[in-house]
Amino acid sequence: MIPAQFDYVAPSTVEEAVNALVEAGEDAKVLAGGQSLLPVLRMRLNVPSVVVDLCRIESLRGVRDDGDALVIGAMTTHSDVFHDPLVREHATLLTKAVEQLADPQVRHRGTFGGALAHADPAGDLGAPALALGASFVIAGSGGTRTVEADDFFEDLFTTAVQDGEILTEVRIPKYTGWGAHYEKFVRVAHQWPIVAVAAAVRVDGGTIAEARVGLTNMGSTPLRARAVESALVGQSATDEAVRGAAASAAEGTNPPSDLNGDADFRRHLATVLTRRAVLAAAGA
Amino acid sequence: MTVTEDRPAGKEIGSPRKRKEDQRLITGRTKFTDNIQLPGMLHLAMVRSPFAHATITNIDTAEAKAAPNVVMVLTGADVADEQGALPCAWPISEDQKAQPHPSIAVDRVAFAGEIVAVVVARSAAAARDAAELVDVDYDELPAALDLKEAAEDTVLAHPDLGTNKSAFWQFDSAGAGTGSAIDDAIRDAEILIEREYRQQRLIPAFMEPRSFAVDPTGEQITMWSATQVPHILKLMLALTLGIPESKLRVIAPDVGGGFGGKLQVTPEEVITLLAARRTGKPCKYTETRSESLMAAHHGRDQWQKLTLAAKADGTVTGLKVDLIANMGAYLGLVTPGVPILGAFMFNGIYKFPAYQFNCTNVFTNMTWTDAYRGAGRPEATYAIERMMDQLALELDMDPVEIREKNWIKHEEFPFTTVCGLEYDSGNYEAATARAKEMFGYDELRAEQKRRRESNDPVQLGIGVSTFTEMCGLAPSRVLGSLNYGAGGWEHASVRMLPSGKVEVVTGTSPHGQGHVTAWSQIAADRLGVPFEDIEVLHGDTQVSHKGLDTYGSRSLVVGGSAVVAAADKVIERAKPIAAHLLEASVNDIEFKDGRFSVAGTDKGMAIGELALASFSAHNLPDGVEPGLDADATFDPANFSFPHGTHLCALEVDTETGGVKMRKYVAVDDVGNIVNPLLVEGQVHGGLVQGIAQALWEEAVHDSSGTLVSASFVDYLVPTAADTISFDTDRTVTPSTSNPLGTKGVGEAGTIASTPCVVNAVVDALKPFGVIDVQMPCTPERIWKAIHDRGAGGADPTEGEAMPHFDEKDVADRSEGGAQ
Ligand SMILES: Cc1cc2nc3c(=O)[nH]c(=O)nc-3n(C[C@H](O)[C@H](O)[C@H](O)COP(=O)(O)OP(=O)(O)OC[C@H]3O[C@@H](n4cnc5c(N)ncnc54)[C@H](O)[C@@H]3O)c2cc1C
Repeated sequence: MIPAQFDYVAPSTVEEAVNALVEAGEDAKVLAGGQSLLPVLRMRLNVPSVVVDLCRIESLRGVRDDGDALVIGAMTTHSDVFHDPLVREHATLLTKAVEQLADPQVRHRGTFGGALAHADPAGDLGAPALALGASFVIAGSGGTRTVEADDFFEDLFTTAVQDGEILTEVRIPKYTGWGAHYEKFVRVAHQWPIVAVAAAVRVDGGTIAEARVGLTNMGSTPLRARAVESALVGQSATDEAVRGAAASAAEGTNPPSDLNGDADFRRHLATVLTRRAVLAAAGA
Repeated sequence: MTVTEDRPAGKEIGSPRKRKEDQRLITGRTKFTDNIQLPGMLHLAMVRSPFAHATITNIDTAEAKAAPNVVMVLTGADVADEQGALPCAWPISEDQKAQPHPSIAVDRVAFAGEIVAVVVARSAAAARDAAELVDVDYDELPAALDLKEAAEDTVLAHPDLGTNKSAFWQFDSAGAGTGSAIDDAIRDAEILIEREYRQQRLIPAFMEPRSFAVDPTGEQITMWSATQVPHILKLMLALTLGIPESKLRVIAPDVGGGFGGKLQVTPEEVITLLAARRTGKPCKYTETRSESLMAAHHGRDQWQKLTLAAKADGTVTGLKVDLIANMGAYLGLVTPGVPILGAFMFNGIYKFPAYQFNCTNVFTNMTWTDAYRGAGRPEATYAIERMMDQLALELDMDPVEIREKNWIKHEEFPFTTVCGLEYDSGNYEAATARAKEMFGYDELRAEQKRRRESNDPVQLGIGVSTFTEMCGLAPSRVLGSLNYGAGGWEHASVRMLPSGKVEVVTGTSPHGQGHVTAWSQIAADRLGVPFEDIEVLHGDTQVSHKGLDTYGSRSLVVGGSAVVAAADKVIERAKPIAAHLLEASVNDIEFKDGRFSVAGTDKGMAIGELALASFSAHNLPDGVEPGLDADATFDPANFSFPHGTHLCALEVDTETGGVKMRKYVAVDDVGNIVNPLLVEGQVHGGLVQGIAQALWEEAVHDSSGTLVSASFVDYLVPTAADTISFDTDRTVTPSTSNPLGTKGVGEAGTIASTPCVVNAVVDALKPFGVIDVQMPCTPERIWKAIHDRGAGGADPTEGEAMPHFDEKDVADRSEGGAQ
């Protein structure tokens, strides 16, 4: 299908991009990898007057080491995140999540920042980013600000990024030596998760010392399973112990009902997948 | 009647030739309809109804007409007098009811996606933009959406018809004299099993969206169409629009898949032609994927009620079938006949003495259904193969054993079934033995036992399906007896060119099957010319003037046989010329490997030399016409009956309801094989498509009749990542109804695999007392079946899609900015 007509700009700096957005007002749209935006445009669900393409802004691409954190540029593709050795070493959870995201074509075009800014509750990156306590750097006409993960996801398809702003990079604290697993439940391989669970754990002598657990598609935003996290601490990494802690995974969630399953089924899945994710992360 | 000849196997037939046509098809450097650009070409965009059932109260086209580059806007009222009604070629009963099917709705829409207006513009983008400006007012009407409710006439899909029931069709073995009375069998049954199965609605989902281009300049109006049926389309367009058939030329250039979905005469074809005729300019329309999913015909969609009578030892004594078949809003080309194609197949490979089939065709306010890979026969095979498993369960017998007890033994062929069909050949024992051996049946049963005993959260299910089908459509007389509008013959020409090259013209219309390769192999062997020297021409009614196209696994069986017959005629035409030039008697001329020689001598001529001699015509015998070309038409006396045994092992994760396939074995008998690679391609693709019905695909509508699974995000067509590598093999019992001894293979995999997989799923859940899971067997349904202890998990699917590309995105974002 053919999108409605729009103006197109492809600036080469963040500043120019912000200016272009501010100038166009609320009718402007940021284009990253286009994997979510292009279908929206082609189905004419959105008819922006201007599309501001970030593809020429080199500074938004790549992963860098910044002391106790990694910084992932918003325009880094899923495929580049997957292959990045820094990510693999210090934020394995992301490696595991992007590995299962969509299909190779989408992974080569879609971007880390685009996926997070899109904030699809079924997106695979929100829960890991939340679990890892990422912070989001947002550029606007007044300069840049940083938003913590807990405040970034506001609602279905809604984040702290406002009109006239661009998500430029995401800072992820290092979790060197942690075990991680992303347990994604789908019917076909190229699908968004029906439910997924992101788990990172630090195991010390067979006991879970720290745990971070994020839930995908269990509400209108990614969720932290804090009850599970605290129940896990101090437990041995065994099926029985983890099963008990995982039983509370669905507490306080509000999962959707759709073609792939109703809310009850999702609540049930969350407990099973949480147990599996934590056990796999703990290497048990 | 046996017409199979005892010919030594040729060099080409049986060889796994790679497909000649793939280079261009895969790279796209070829003519697909959408690639066609003609000078001054105009482009169409459709305005479609968002409502399942509504009266059109007003259409305002003024703004659209005034939009840049718009040439014309058409509504139903504009073309009401010339558009005619789209054809249905298969009225199944004399009193069949049907609503005339306009290409553009005039005052009422009957399904969501029906066309209400058409914009013709100088570019596709301009047409699309202006389509947004057409303002249509609707008064919504109550819609008939639920099939069972529709059968009760609760809400009428077409109020003027006064009922939703289009037709009733019955086959009764006692009435037909082909068997005994079903009521007696049911009365005397020692075991009686009643079940109800749902054949969900499917979408053919071919790779190339439908595309049509029409050039009205010149004496003949030319239509390019991404169709499976250029010949039928030409005739039907002529009849629908009152254009003399001789003034029409239809070309199906390269076509990217169909699966029955392009066996249709579509509103879009008629509209493109009307637009071209009105504007006097070439016009083109290519649908979007969303339009394709919504408004190209759907498939399956039946409720099946089955009553099986048996003796306590497992011998089946009768089967009664009560079907409700969803026609959707209109009757397409063969819509009413699709369930009837299954009527003769519910008895499968078995020897039931009594059988009755009752089918009620019902209208609803949904996209119309029509042929989809297997058409009628997958539904029938599903029903009987699920029922045989139920019988095995009831008697605590092995499901293979129960089948063996009832099937036709190989020494009983030819066998006349309870439906009156004569199965000419087959060997179910051999196929089953081979399949069990490849599968490791006993070991897998042992593993299943272990998992059951240890309450393993991952249970193993083993499914079996033994199937046959009637295909190679078909004997013209049989089609006639079923009221089908056309015959089932096929035509071929072999043109011997002066340079020794050969053109084979076929009336079949390949759209991915590989006919070009297979027909080349047949002609190469028959004529003794190199494979590479043969060109196969198809799809253009000016070149291939006679044909009945491609569907129903008919092309090789019927069309390939016509190639054999035409090639043989070429040789017969060449013999007197060879005799004349070699100064011998015709009776002494022998033909072998492309050479005509005089018996007992070393004198001879190559077929290419004869082609040149007959072309130059300098020295022909008296009364012999120049040229060696020959035509032939083949009409088989019977269907072909491929069969096979499929076995599937899969793991069901009882904690999530997830299914993981472990092993799939398919041993098919498709008679003699022209090209084993092509057979593999058909079998593997067919398996995936059938497995998709079992596990993944379903067209879901919400309570207002909007298609919810309206993109590939929600209509789950599997990819290679979702399937395993299948283990395939074949047994060979040649068909006796065609000279090649082949049987159709195009639908086999699809027909056999669906029940095989569902049987495996249900088998895995046996420890939980589950006896059925409705298709597609989603994790949610499986999980609920486990927890509801056998309730079947048949709760209606929630009518919502995941909103990945939702408008919400837009709204929330702009609101966010204002906060
Ligand atoms: C077939 C298919 C399957 C998919 N499957 C999955 C899946 O399984 N899991 C999954 O997580 N995702 C999946 N996706 C989505 C994929 O991850 C997308 O790449 C992602 O959601 C959007 O990233 P993008 O770079 O393509 O962004 P775009 O599509 O370009 O943009 C998406 C939205 O974010 C905004 N945006 C983008 N970048 C910025 C920025 N830097 N600052 C501010 N706003 C911005 C845009 O304006 C737009 O509204 C799938 C997509 C497709 C097409």
